[in-house]
Amino acid sequence: MSNSVLVVGGGIAGIQASLDLANRGTKVYLVEKTPSIGGRMAQLDKTFPTLDCSICILAPKMIECLRHPNITLLTYSEVKEVNGQAGDFTVKILQHPRYVDAEKCTGCGTCMEKCPVKAPNEFDMGLGNRKAVYMPFKQAVPLIATIDSEHCLYFTKGVCKVCQKVCPSNAINYEQKPEETVLNVSSIVLATGFDTFNPSSMKEYGYGRFKNVILSMEFERLICASGPTGGHLLRPSDGKEPKSIVFVQCVGSRSQRGEFPYCSSVCCVYATKESILVKDHMPETEVYIMYIDMRAIGKGFQEFVDKAKKQYDVRYVKAHPGGIAEDPATNRLQIYYEDIKTGEMKRLCTDMVVLCPALIPKEDNKKIAEATGLELDEYGFFKSKNQLTAPIDTNIPGIYICGYCQSPKDIPESVAQASGAAARAAETITCTTKEAKR
Amino acid sequence: MSENKQPRIGVFVCYCGVNIGAVINVPEVVEYAKTLPNVAHAEGNLYTCSSDGLSKIKEAIKKHNLTRVVVASCTPRTHETLFRGACEEAGLNKYLFHMANIREHSSWVHPKEPEKATEKAKELVRMAVAKAALLESQVEPEISVQPSALVIGGGVSGMTAALSLARQDFIVHLVEKEDELGGKLKELYKLYPSNRKSSEVLEEFVQAVHSNPKITVHTSSTVKNAEGFIGNFKVTIADHEGKEEKLDVGTIIVATGANVLKPSGMYGYGKRKKVITQLELENLIKENKLRKPKDVAMIQCVGAREEKEGGRNYCSRICCAVAIKNALEIKELFPDAEVSILYRDMQAYGKDFEEQYQKARENFIQFVRFDAEKPPEVIPKPGGKYRVIVHDVLINNTIELDADMVVLSTPLIQSEEAKELSRMLKVPLGTDGFFFEAHVKLRPVDFATDGIFVCGTAHSPKTISESIAQAYAAASRAGIPMALKQVRTEAITSIINEDLCTGCGTCIKICPYNAIQKDERGIARVNDVLCKGCGVCAASCPEKAITMRHFSDAQVLAEATAALGGN
Repeated sequence: MSNSVLVVGGGIAGIQASLDLANRGTKVYLVEKTPSIGGRMAQLDKTFPTLDCSICILAPKMIECLRHPNITLLTYSEVKEVNGQAGDFTVKILQHPRYVDAEKCTGCGTCMEKCPVKAPNEFDMGLGNRKAVYMPFKQAVPLIATIDSEHCLYFTKGVCKVCQKVCPSNAINYEQKPEETVLNVSSIVLATGFDTFNPSSMKEYGYGRFKNVILSMEFERLICASGPTGGHLLRPSDGKEPKSIVFVQCVGSRSQRGEFPYCSSVCCVYATKESILVKDHMPETEVYIMYIDMRAIGKGFQEFVDKAKKQYDVRYVKAHPGGIAEDPATNRLQIYYEDIKTGEMKRLCTDMVVLCPALIPKEDNKKIAEATGLELDEYGFFKSKNQLTAPIDTNIPGIYICGYCQSPKDIPESVAQASGAAARAAETITCTTKEAKR
Repeated sequence: MSENKQPRIGVFVCYCGVNIGAVINVPEVVEYAKTLPNVAHAEGNLYTCSSDGLSKIKEAIKKHNLTRVVVASCTPRTHETLFRGACEEAGLNKYLFHMANIREHSSWVHPKEPEKATEKAKELVRMAVAKAALLESQVEPEISVQPSALVIGGGVSGMTAALSLARQDFIVHLVEKEDELGGKLKELYKLYPSNRKSSEVLEEFVQAVHSNPKITVHTSSTVKNAEGFIGNFKVTIADHEGKEEKLDVGTIIVATGANVLKPSGMYGYGKRKKVITQLELENLIKENKLRKPKDVAMIQCVGAREEKEGGRNYCSRICCAVAIKNALEIKELFPDAEVSILYRDMQAYGKDFEEQYQKARENFIQFVRFDAEKPPEVIPKPGGKYRVIVHDVLINNTIELDADMVVLSTPLIQSEEAKELSRMLKVPLGTDGFFFEAHVKLRPVDFATDGIFVCGTAHSPKTISESIAQAYAAASRAGIPMALKQVRTEAITSIINEDLCTGCGTCIKICPYNAIQKDERGIARVNDVLCKGCGVCAASCPEKAITMRHFSDAQVLAEATAALGGN
């Protein structure tokens, strides 16, 4: 019997579920696979439709998780095994070695400054570099360095050890081993979030071949003040300001030919937001959004799209491009599309293209499903016990799901569902405690 | 606490990465801060809000024996709690903290004028330091919270919230204005995405509610009056005979649902017999009264997504899926019937609706896309039939359809009662008419007023499944103060100087929270729990008898004097 809850995934959904439970007095273990909590929302520049700075509204919640006496953060960790039942699950957690003593590290960053090895920065979608010893981003929680053994010279070639020499807190420990923790919890809340589909397989769009074709998550990092370009949106080919940008919707989503048939639900409105950001940074730049259906379905979203049209002169084009070609001399792009209104085949010449790819369930969901016996749907989202009446419940009593890992949804919906999962977990604690007393 | 002695102020200037640091010369601001009166320590931090930055504040409080803290960074709206928390952890009353916003008020708005932005940052810091010197410790009173909740609205959202709260072991009063539970579920036929009959689903919910001993159901009842505050609301409800009952509850959940727009005058609705709404169609199917139609034309966005000024701008989210559902239902009942859906954008978002949209196309439901500028025309023909003329943008041609029935998809709109409830509970409605939450992104079911929550279509149009998820969310949020049994309330309230008060009553009339009353001597008295510290009373008192805690005249004047260059 346990009165604590395990939350898997440290994005906004996992954070909200943890805080709701902790604030009512429940002990929470928050497990996050990467070195910091924050998830996708930490990577976004602004959020729609209020244009709040994303990290600015998220960071206080991240810190609250860190400081909360009822929350134990288990970052850089994964769920390995789950046994038991509602009210009494035994969970095995594997904590990866950071090779840094979390107790000693103060997050001063000296090691990162002196480390000679560069590696692609995952937080910036690989657009910039980080060091082999790193903190994923400035507001990371916990603010503790991690050595990436795949790139570190000591681990790959047995030399260097610069970080150990410069660390003022003597926190570097190359001998650290993976650690296993066994937890006893009453229920489990899954909030594993999403990944972005890599559309390099869709040859017609040229992603990966043409420098000036980028993905929307890459755009978020490029327009963000803390991103690799300091918030200057520049053409990757020549570092010049783009005079025109085209956003392409439904790249791999709503696809009838084998990619992802479902709608990712958030792209129409985040592309609208990104268009407004372009206009805020560079009022002269022309912005187009090529879309199939404008799905501005949330509270205040249609009004937001109307504002983009009227105030910002964002041009919405009903079209699904057939292909993109590059002029090798200028790296400019030609988009071929059918103008839905006239039926004509048209070309649009542009400096940059931002693809809005399908958002897809995490690969890891499969491992979790295997460890727990949970059912996944045909795409790999966790399956609700009942799509209509029990969206938060799963086929296993005591295991709840929230956020994008259940089905496509935006931030407020994820937050609401996360609070909902917290309610279900709280119900389970009340119910099993009562039964035990009988 | 040595706050009455000469204050010792610590100033922490944040770079906020490049947000502030790339524009404002932070070291210069730090050096400037050191020259200000009462400043005992000043430093710059890359991110003052990081765990490292917070430890630095705590260390400095101890090391330099600081009695006031000023952080010059971003907005108190998101970060004040955090910094106050750090002060408290270091033993300093959190009201001895003050913030200067040099990001939103300087670096972000003056990115191209770094020198002027730096000067402005210095001025903002000077003002904050001047006020900080006069800050006083404050106490947030603790009040007890009754472990009982009022849920207003007995639809699927209200029932879900009530059930969850009951299973969390709280007492629940569920108030429904009609004579039975169910709300809109009573009018629907089958429910997406399950294909289950609404009546069956409803029966399960109603059974569960009625068999739960923790829930008291008050049907045919409405809320007549609500007073009090989080933890201690006093609500009066009345049944259809006018019999009143008083309920004491700790929290309130608003789940009053929405209405469907009756599109009077649009496409001849109300005058023409076979021009009906989707809900009316669904009712016909449910009651087994739909006579075999030959051609059905459904028109989307009727009275929604209007681009005109003052129009109903929003997208009602569920109407496309509802149209597809009913179109498929007609096809199943009458395979020969032709069904066309005239739409602007097909809002088949997510997993299930996109699948249904595909299924509809496979079932030969015709989709015709039109532009908002060229809406369809419905022209009556002899014999009670209609001709629908529409410009199909996908083939760039005007087409004509025969219809013996025209079905209008109209949006969900806020109910009339909501306005009354909004006034009674003092919770706001948005420009779209729906209840307006505390924060669109991160507090989707909270109201700005503590202890009151919202869920379901009272908040915005949404599906049943989404309403259920949100109802659980409201049950979680309401469950927090009730599980803790107590909450802390606002410390920034108004104080009446009894010697100056003449009992004129101006403050009583103007207070938006009904927090002021006259005592037996005829002198104004403030209820600290109800007072939200808005300051309207202090500003309007003709005798200057009212002072705001944390915003005293002396503090505000010191800040203003500093803004003008004085000390």
